[in-house]
Amino acid sequence: MNSPIDTAAAPEPQRTIDIVNRSLKRRYRAERRFRFYGLAAIVLSLMFLALLFVSIVAKGYSAFWQTSIRLPIVFDPAVIQQDTLVNADYAALVREALFKKFPQVDGRQDKRQLTALMSSGSVYRLRDMVLKDPDLVGRGAEVWLLADDDVDMLIKGHFRRDLPEAERRVSDKQIAWIEQLESEGRLERRFNTTFLSAGDSREPELAGVWGAVSGSFFTLLITLSLSFPIGVAAAVYLEEFARKNRWTDLIEVNINNLAAVPSIVFGLLGLAVFLNFFGLPRSAPLVGGLVLTLMTLPTIIIASRSALKAVPPSIREAALGVGASKMQMVVHHVLPLALPGMLTGTIIGMARALGESAPLLMIGMVAFIVDIPKGFTDSATVLPVQIYLWSDSPERAFVERTSAAIMVLLAFLVVMNAGAIILRKKFERRW
Amino acid sequence: MPPAYLLIALLGLSTAAYYFGRRKAFALSGRAEGAAKLHSRPTYHGALTALWCGIPALLIFGFWLVFENQVITHLVVKELPEAIRSLAPDRMNLVINDIRNIESGSFASQAAEPAIQAAADHYHRLRSISNHALAAVSIALLTAIAVLVRGRITAGLRARNQVEAILTVLLVACSTIAIFTTIGIILSVLYEAIRFFKVIPITQFLFGLDWSPQMAIRADQVGSSGAFGAVPVFLGTILISAIAMVVAVPIGLMSAIYLSEYAGKRLRAVAKPLIEVLAGIPTVVYGFFAALTVAPVIRDWGSRLGLDVASESALAAGLVMGIMIIPFVSSLSDDFINAVPQSLRDGAYSLGATRSETIRQVIVPAAIPGIIGGVLLAVSRAIGETMIVVMAAGLSANLTVNPLKAVTTVTVQIVTLLVGDQEFDSPKTLAAFALGLILFIVTLCLNVIALYVVRKYREQYE
Repeated sequence: MNSPIDTAAAPEPQRTIDIVNRSLKRRYRAERRFRFYGLAAIVLSLMFLALLFVSIVAKGYSAFWQTSIRLPIVFDPAVIQQDTLVNADYAALVREALFKKFPQVDGRQDKRQLTALMSSGSVYRLRDMVLKDPDLVGRGAEVWLLADDDVDMLIKGHFRRDLPEAERRVSDKQIAWIEQLESEGRLERRFNTTFLSAGDSREPELAGVWGAVSGSFFTLLITLSLSFPIGVAAAVYLEEFARKNRWTDLIEVNINNLAAVPSIVFGLLGLAVFLNFFGLPRSAPLVGGLVLTLMTLPTIIIASRSALKAVPPSIREAALGVGASKMQMVVHHVLPLALPGMLTGTIIGMARALGESAPLLMIGMVAFIVDIPKGFTDSATVLPVQIYLWSDSPERAFVERTSAAIMVLLAFLVVMNAGAIILRKKFERRW
Repeated sequence: MPPAYLLIALLGLSTAAYYFGRRKAFALSGRAEGAAKLHSRPTYHGALTALWCGIPALLIFGFWLVFENQVITHLVVKELPEAIRSLAPDRMNLVINDIRNIESGSFASQAAEPAIQAAADHYHRLRSISNHALAAVSIALLTAIAVLVRGRITAGLRARNQVEAILTVLLVACSTIAIFTTIGIILSVLYEAIRFFKVIPITQFLFGLDWSPQMAIRADQVGSSGAFGAVPVFLGTILISAIAMVVAVPIGLMSAIYLSEYAGKRLRAVAKPLIEVLAGIPTVVYGFFAALTVAPVIRDWGSRLGLDVASESALAAGLVMGIMIIPFVSSLSDDFINAVPQSLRDGAYSLGATRSETIRQVIVPAAIPGIIGGVLLAVSRAIGETMIVVMAAGLSANLTVNPLKAVTTVTVQIVTLLVGDQEFDSPKTLAAFALGLILFIVTLCLNVIALYVVRKYREQYE
């Protein structure tokens, strides 16, 4: 800390305080600089966090509204016969309504462009309406039908209207029709229930997260029902019963290591053991849950052990002192006191499992699955994998769908973590 | 009866067995004396009955389901016509898959051959027989044991001790799962990797400079010869991890220092959890962020500066991975900085050192083993990270250290080689396991060293 002094230039011996005073300004500057670096590092990491959230929300919030077009549909009895309610040509109804709305449209090319404004899913909407109420046949009704994703993107401003026509996915004519519909109040952005209730689809306007959410639910149910009891039992044994010897040391080292093994390696294990050796079905929540169980077990064991460690020994001694057996002491006294801490650790482990996708890619949970899974052995995908799949899709509309799915995933994570924090705050006990 | 319902039924019956055993115990004790005559409290008699019934039934249930498929497949294959049975093993697998698909009805195959259809019917019949047999066997066993155990319940039965012994065995079994998992990982990865190294020499894999795992499908095909020199893949992994560490270590370390040494209570209470939120965000979200937000920005800036930036540059992936790792570095460093005894700080201050001088010359050197351990854990995290690189880094294995070029990593290759159709006799699929083996070994070494260093450091100040 003492700066070098030029002894030749100093004729008389200096006092230490002068040397210190001379260097003080420089040292204080260094101090301020250092402090600034520290603050900058914090600000930078918080900025990254804010940027991440802002960019996701800015991209994704619009997916919760979807453009619909109101058309006067005539349920023509010539098209819908009583015996063919299910597979009547509902597309013809939509076409008729559109042609009646725009009588000036002529020529095959133009007609095709006009029908391209509507989503291919409007057919199912009409079919469901008729199946629910067969009396509709022969009458007319104003029906809100989903617009195609290109129309939706145009309305939301993701396609620029001032580009040359050849570079746009929506032609000039289509824009004119859209503007006409808009001015008549027949075109509206309505709350997107499809997104929250449908399974995956190749058409962005028909794609939803519900299939992935159900897949995640079944997967996590398996994970929770296996990893919580096993994790707690392992922690209880290691903390309360096991003598410290080579064997328990080996288990400890293993647990600590498994907690840091890359998740994709668990996927390789699942592929080789559960799929190839045991022949369990591919893409099933059952296998996904097993793999995630192995992955979250170390987290839960470590958390449960620290919860057990926090229970003071006096409780144990008191229980043993009044004649409880060791098992009774653990089950009746130590476990109930340690349970909140264990649950907190479990919830955090579950939150990690919910966000995990790499090992699930290995066991085939990346398939394109339209149906909503109904059980543990149905083909399914999970929320993070759905995000991965959509992020690969070329359609512009899938970008906002992906961001919106991320928002759904983050919402689940926030709820779970908040639950863990509340649990900890409520039951936290200082002895 | 479908297995799921059977499982519920078995659990229900075991619960019934509990009450069955407990009632017997109450009956034994008689009204007058209460439960005092018994060795154990009646609940233990119930629990003992339930455990004795439930565990064997569940074991049979589990083993049955594990081996059911193989046995039935074997029986079905034996009934197949000679022409199909003499097919090569890989074609045979396809046929079996077809049969299973038809049987489960998930797959409306285009006019299946009569032989296959018959086999599927046969399969279906066998499966329903098997399900019924399983239900009959397990329920009969459960009931028989319940009656047997009930007969053995006497006033002197040491039910509590027996229940506790069974529970202890269960606890031990649960704690060994960690070991079995490790063994499972090692065996499964090693087995396939050895099969790979039989085809491709290990030296060629470790030191070859050319990676293009697409194998020729036909023997006379030109071009995709399949080269398995993994050096470009390793180099890409190192490059991206290095970029991540360049981002994460300074930011993480400085924020840990600021939070533990300078920040007031209020800032600490807000900033520390917020930084840790970064660790809780799923990696697929970071991947999306890297691919759709960061990568285009970097490419724009690069082209403005006249640089040629690949759209899947290592820089974008590394940068975002660095952001993800900040909280690992900062929270571990924070722990270690806090563990440095206050007396060291007081000593430095009393000599007239400023705070930053104390931190740089006393606290950080004292905490450095712990910090290095934390950084090693972060490195192992970066190497094993998958989704960010799958979404933001490329597939082309370029032998380069230019962060603006596209590189590929070990995890990306594992994912691309294993997603989709897998043939377990092609080196292309097996290569993924060889890469997995390398990944496991490297991260294992890093973890062991890091955990050792951290543990040693903790002991030093305790």
